[in-house]
Amino acid sequence: MRHLLSTGDLSRDEATLILDTAAELAQVGDRSVKKLPTLRGRTVVNLFYEDSTRTRTSFELAAKRLSADVINFSAKGSSVSKGESLKDTALTLQAMGADAVVIRHSASGAAHRLANWVDGSVLNAGDGTHEHPTQALLDAYTMRDRLGRLEGLRVAVVGDILHSRVARSNVLLLTTLGAHVTLVAPPTLLPVSVHTWSCEVSYDLDEVLPKSDVVMMLRVQAERMRDSFFPSVREYSRNYGLDGERLGKMPSEAIVMHPGPMVRGMEISAEVADSPRCTVTEQVTNGVSLRMAVLYLLLGGS
Amino acid sequence: MRAQKPTQSDTGPGVPVPTPEVPEAPEVPEGTRAVLDGNEINRALTRIAHEVLERTKGGEHVTLLGIPSRGVPLAQRLARRIERVEDLSVPVGSLDITMYRDDLHLAPARALGRTEIPTGGLDDRVVVLVDDVLFSGRTVRAALDALGDLGRPRAVQLAVLVDRGHRELPIRADYVGKNLPTSLREGVTVRLDETDGQDAVLLGPSKARPSPSTALNRGLRPSSSSHPGTTETEGDDA
Repeated sequence: MRHLLSTGDLSRDEATLILDTAAELAQVGDRSVKKLPTLRGRTVVNLFYEDSTRTRTSFELAAKRLSADVINFSAKGSSVSKGESLKDTALTLQAMGADAVVIRHSASGAAHRLANWVDGSVLNAGDGTHEHPTQALLDAYTMRDRLGRLEGLRVAVVGDILHSRVARSNVLLLTTLGAHVTLVAPPTLLPVSVHTWSCEVSYDLDEVLPKSDVVMMLRVQAERMRDSFFPSVREYSRNYGLDGERLGKMPSEAIVMHPGPMVRGMEISAEVADSPRCTVTEQVTNGVSLRMAVLYLLLGGS
Repeated sequence: MRAQKPTQSDTGPGVPVPTPEVPEAPEVPEGTRAVLDGNEINRALTRIAHEVLERTKGGEHVTLLGIPSRGVPLAQRLARRIERVEDLSVPVGSLDITMYRDDLHLAPARALGRTEIPTGGLDDRVVVLVDDVLFSGRTVRAALDALGDLGRPRAVQLAVLVDRGHRELPIRADYVGKNLPTSLREGVTVRLDETDGQDAVLLGPSKARPSPSTALNRGLRPSSSSHPGTTETEGDDA
């Protein structure tokens, strides 16, 4: 494994190795010295063409906990705003000796293109509406951590599937790991090719909730929408938002997940967001261990 | 009991093979011979348990930390013996040193072992590191680095089942089950009931190296046992 571009590239054994490694590395967060010397002398570049707080800081913290040097590079305030292409930026970073590039880009496939241009490892931190592998991995980690298994879990992914790279990565990964995924969304927010995905599709949230061990809520990505996909926010929220009443319909052990950022009152009510069954903050904590595991497995060996 | 024992002479006619008198020969792969059997391992561990109690004046502050994989069952066995002798329950844990190795870049990334620090931590404890084979000393160096990040023990000591020599660092063991002079072309394999279904220390030819590039640094390393680097078999498992 040299790059992490898509969860579809991971075999079951590879994915499990990443999760197991993350579980061991989670202890580092509880120690007095929260640092391991493993990637001393390696350089990780965070190349972010899109706004991000969670993912960028998570990758930065993960790399620093492994003693790597981290360079943060955001499109704003760089030569990109002067018209430099992705390739030239990548080659510049390459010339500076980056061992790994963590890239987020608004164009689907940007990470794949980058992987052909640079010698180091490329980690996809979100490319357009395509994939976000580390998010799916940390989601799977959180499910396994909370519920003890992944095999046979029933996972509902609810909301803006069309614009969601998290949904695609999760469907690919969770299927590999033996979970059953059901996508729940209005027809307008489902990709045209959704029938080719290895998952179920439903338009009715209330019907799916009682049969779900995990309910993953997605944000409606208004910034990527150029058309109107539903009549009103209020109607969307009534049909596809998770509130206290709907939480009551879920099995008592079932958990609520959200990749963040949450829009309270839209896809998730404040009551649900603050409930102990909602794992949003755990997902952030687990994200650091998970990204440490990925960086170690990609950069730690020969 | 086993038919191969009396026919030892046909391995090298004319050459006197120094065979240790083993009462119950463990099943041995071809080309290797057992230097310690189960009873001898037990006796060595019992002696080490007594030595630990003696050296630490009753073992009151002792914490045993096994280095995965085979150091961990050894540490647990030592703790049981100490409890039997002194009626003292000694905290036992494990310390994985993979992230502190100095040869990580010579092989594909390895899977991590478990690190479990007993409740109460390591501060002001007498930590006894337990491993199966002491060879280059690099594992122990890594373990000392790892300990430094986990707490501040009052003292750190080292117990090993087999010391096979060929140190590359100024490190020595405080407690040794058996000193085993070896050639660099030989490999020492420790098998334990808990991990391998059988207790034995085997001496045989060093295993073939996985690739020439890693052979440069690891080529002289045997197929001992405890840590993914000193043993190729284990590195592959990982």
